[in-house]
Amino acid sequence: MNHLLILPILLPAIVAPLLAIVARNDIVLARVFSFAATLGLVAIGCLMVWTASDGQIRIYELGAWKAPYGIVLVLDRLSAIMVLLTACLATVVQLYSMAGWDTRGFHFYSLFHVQLMGVNGAFLTGDLFNLFVFFELLLIASYGLMVHGGGPARFKAGLQYISINLVGSVVFLMGLGTIYSVTGTLNMAHFAVRISQVPESDQALMAVGASLLLVVFGLKAALVPLHFWMPATYSNAPPPVAALFSIMSKVGVYALIRFCDLSLLQLGGPFAALGTQLLVPCAVLSLIVGAIGVLAARSLSQQASFVGLASIGTMLIAFGLFTPESQAAGLYYMLHSTLAVAALFLVVDLVIARRPGAGDGFDPKPFPQQGYLAALFFVGALMVIGLPPSSGFLGKLQILHSLRSTGEWPMLWGTILVASFAVLLGFAQAGSRVFWKSSAAHKGDPHDSGVGVGQMSHGNALSAKPLPLALPSAAIGLTWSLLILLTIFPGPVMSYLEATTEQLFDPQRYIDAVLKPAGEAGL
Amino acid sequence: MELLLSSAIGVFSAAGVYLVLRPRTFSVVMGLSFLTYAINFFLVSAGRLSVNMPDILSKGKELSEYADPVPPALVLTSIVISFGMTAIMVVMGVRGYFENDSDHVNISLTEEMIARSRE
Repeated sequence: MNHLLILPILLPAIVAPLLAIVARNDIVLARVFSFAATLGLVAIGCLMVWTASDGQIRIYELGAWKAPYGIVLVLDRLSAIMVLLTACLATVVQLYSMAGWDTRGFHFYSLFHVQLMGVNGAFLTGDLFNLFVFFELLLIASYGLMVHGGGPARFKAGLQYISINLVGSVVFLMGLGTIYSVTGTLNMAHFAVRISQVPESDQALMAVGASLLLVVFGLKAALVPLHFWMPATYSNAPPPVAALFSIMSKVGVYALIRFCDLSLLQLGGPFAALGTQLLVPCAVLSLIVGAIGVLAARSLSQQASFVGLASIGTMLIAFGLFTPESQAAGLYYMLHSTLAVAALFLVVDLVIARRPGAGDGFDPKPFPQQGYLAALFFVGALMVIGLPPSSGFLGKLQILHSLRSTGEWPMLWGTILVASFAVLLGFAQAGSRVFWKSSAAHKGDPHDSGVGVGQMSHGNALSAKPLPLALPSAAIGLTWSLLILLTIFPGPVMSYLEATTEQLFDPQRYIDAVLKPAGEAGL
Repeated sequence: MELLLSSAIGVFSAAGVYLVLRPRTFSVVMGLSFLTYAINFFLVSAGRLSVNMPDILSKGKELSEYADPVPPALVLTSIVISFGMTAIMVVMGVRGYFENDSDHVNISLTEEMIARSRE
């Protein structure tokens, strides 16, 4: 048995309580430990991608219980790349939080690692009920992180976020109960075998259970019409946490792909046209709502949240077609958008910290280091929108290309292109109001003339002690260099992702690997 | 027994849904508790209803004389998780009450509160 599979769950599980107990009062110790653990996760992620790239599907039987009876962890190409993506994002958020966010409340890093444990577990597990447990784990940590730092707006959004997710958990359990009563199993591979043997009389019950699970995954992925929690949560959470949350909606997307590709598509009947009749229309709506939201937003963090919603719409259009090409393109876009949206949240946080009172609203108001931040925002927006030099452009291009195989491609192309343009317009407007107009207002104001941007010290306590810029810049720079690597080497990445979807569209291999582990694969 | 259990699940869910949609935190917490009660009963019934049947191995019994052991395990997990979640929800509700001077789930924030949030 290959013990590598449990490491991404075990490492945060050990580090989180240690941080809470040992490093409770020593922020330096907590930072060092947490950073080391996060780097360890990156190493594990790289090792997993390297291990999985030979195309074999490896399993880990917890407690050595054989597959349909015990819980298994499954490592295939998709899980491996998701774990690596999580680890990269965690490193970025960790670097950024060390600049000061971690001291605004208690136990930031403990919650951070519990969240990572839940996310990694959800990506690796091969059992539906275990998926529920890891979902709860990542949610319980996210509740704490969401209200980190406190404040009325955060608690209002946090309470609503918790309520809606608890209702989501209840629906999840209902779906699981129904599925169990029909098929008698919760193991994903075993379920995929049993789903084709469901008798005619139980088909309707099966459909109800599966739909309930789809609703929950859609809720986690913030798919319209289940997206209402998402903009409020992301824009009110501390921005580094919102950056971390950008992997959380991808957990929903991952569960959706895994569940549909592995088992649901075999059910046929009402689920044969699931993608084109349900998923793609909802994804198109998400894209439209996201684009309108970017145009209508009243602050930069709202804009970043809505652009996250739009990117989920774009990738789910690609996933919803259920062809290998479109899903590979969707995965590439997922890698890009997770990192790009996270970087944008971090840039927005830098702006908020420098505009006391005004925050990230659009009122023109000069602030220190304005030119540098304008440049950061410009690049960040460029990456998120997917303008040519960025990997988002390549991702969208591939999605558009893969849509050509469908009959409705002119409509889908039109939506994606118009929505991208709307997002571009929204960001151009926001950028010119926050960065450009405020510097113009500053120069035109006779009272302020002659006072340099760095010296606006009259009543401005913040400019007295300059805010840290090195660590945040390093974090944002790291994200962008990852994105640039995605742009420079799309060939190797795409060939990995194409092999991933090839694996996804051959569920029999997954089933055999889990249920008939003949020659157990070691390292 | 089927009628009793299914109507109990129905009543609990109905009460839960009604309370979750109420505007104040306390009712929402109560509603979520009712919903989790309903779901726990529902999970028990997922393994078929059986009376006087063991779910651990014992001598001289046919396979058809056992109850399904998985649903009780699922219920146990779900009880533990929902207990923890209810506790978190209560803590958040109390903290939110102190932050906002209101126990409404969807209060409208004043300018001053928004300014306080931005600090």
